[in-house]
Amino acid sequence: MGKVVIDEEFCKGCTLCINACPQHLLRTAKRVSKTSYHPAELVDPEGKCTGCGLCALVCPDAAIQVYREKKAGVKEK
Amino acid sequence: MEMEMVSGRPKTLLPVPTHYCPGCGHGVIHRLVAEVIDGLGIREKTVVVAPVGCAVLLYNYFDVDAYEAAHGRAPAIATGCKRVNPELVVFTYQGDGDFAAIGTAEAVHVAARGEKITTIFVNNAVYGMTGGQMAPTTLLGQKTTTTTSGRASETAGFPIRMSEMIATLPGAAYVARVSVSSPKNVAQAKMAVRKAFETQIKGLGYSLVEFLSQCPTNWHMTPVESVRWVEEQMVPYYPLGELKVPKEEY
Ligand SMILES: Cc1ncc(C[n+]2csc(CCOP(=O)(O)OP(=O)(O)O)c2C)c(N)n1
Ligand code: SF4
Ligand code: SF4
Ligand code: SF4
Repeated sequence: MGKVVIDEEFCKGCTLCINACPQHLLRTAKRVSKTSYHPAELVDPEGKCTGCGLCALVCPDAAIQVYREKKAGVKEK
Repeated sequence: MEMEMVSGRPKTLLPVPTHYCPGCGHGVIHRLVAEVIDGLGIREKTVVVAPVGCAVLLYNYFDVDAYEAAHGRAPAIATGCKRVNPELVVFTYQGDGDFAAIGTAEAVHVAARGEKITTIFVNNAVYGMTGGQMAPTTLLGQKTTTTTSGRASETAGFPIRMSEMIATLPGAAYVARVSVSSPKNVAQAKMAVRKAFETQIKGLGYSLVEFLSQCPTNWHMTPVESVRWVEEQMVPYYPLGELKVPKEEY
């Protein structure tokens, strides 16, 4: 189980992350950001995001933070 | 449920928005280089030489020391910097107009001399900053503002494969061509950048990573169309992969 946070200060609405998400959980928001783009947004009501990070890999603006559920028993690095 | 961050902005990439167009490959390449600098723990001793081209302002984005070179001359500046301070990690970041046109002499001879520096070469098949003119790397048939009916070899010659050319030189120790067109290619590109920097740090010779990079603006495409164009049109002429690896390594 995972989650992504898109930083609208950096997102330019290029849609490359939307194109890359294997779960099809990202879309272009109707709203306009402070930087005048339609940012990407996560729509994941069923919690299908795996935290795979593919969206963040292709993002040209390093706008995506990816979070994943901590595995039980794994010590912090 | 406890969540941990598995990816975010690298430290070496300053927290400022870039001037690059939406979907531009330069942004991904900046992030990868910054991640490698973080990973190797070399931020305090890394120096970048910026090009003339869309990446001319990159010192506003990388948290490392930087020079600005005249168009195409980054390898000469990098050579001087590295020879005087061999303990530094020095790289040039150059477009195809910079590296393969006006700076061809510097590009060839920095490799011929085996300078222990790294070049990040961004091949987007056009002059981006000046409005999409033909570059030496423009594909045959590709329309640009100076090849309005498509590049024809009769008048404009053939596209240059810089990596293949540089790889023939004994002074070049590591040469790879990568792209940022898909998550898999981005992951492989990062490994290539890492190996290129390691080659320099081990003192094995010159290292070059050529990126096939999308320029949606001057290609008149959406970002998604432009990454497809890289894969369908550029990769057949500019194959991806490692062209040369240091003998004793990898
Ligand atoms: C000596 C000199 N000649 C020409 C120019 C004009 N000029 C600025 S950027 C550029 C080409 C940039 O193209 P490229 O290196 O491919 O980088 P990109 O913008 O595509 O990233 C040219 C010819 C210049 N600034 N200086
Ligand atoms: S890839 Fe990055 S910049 Fe592009 S839409 Fe997604 S979050 Fe925004
Ligand atoms: S982390 Fe993976 S599943 Fe989650 S939004 Fe990004 S690409 Fe989709
Ligand atoms: S013109 Fe092309 S290379 Fe330059 S910032 Fe825009 S998309 Fe990137």
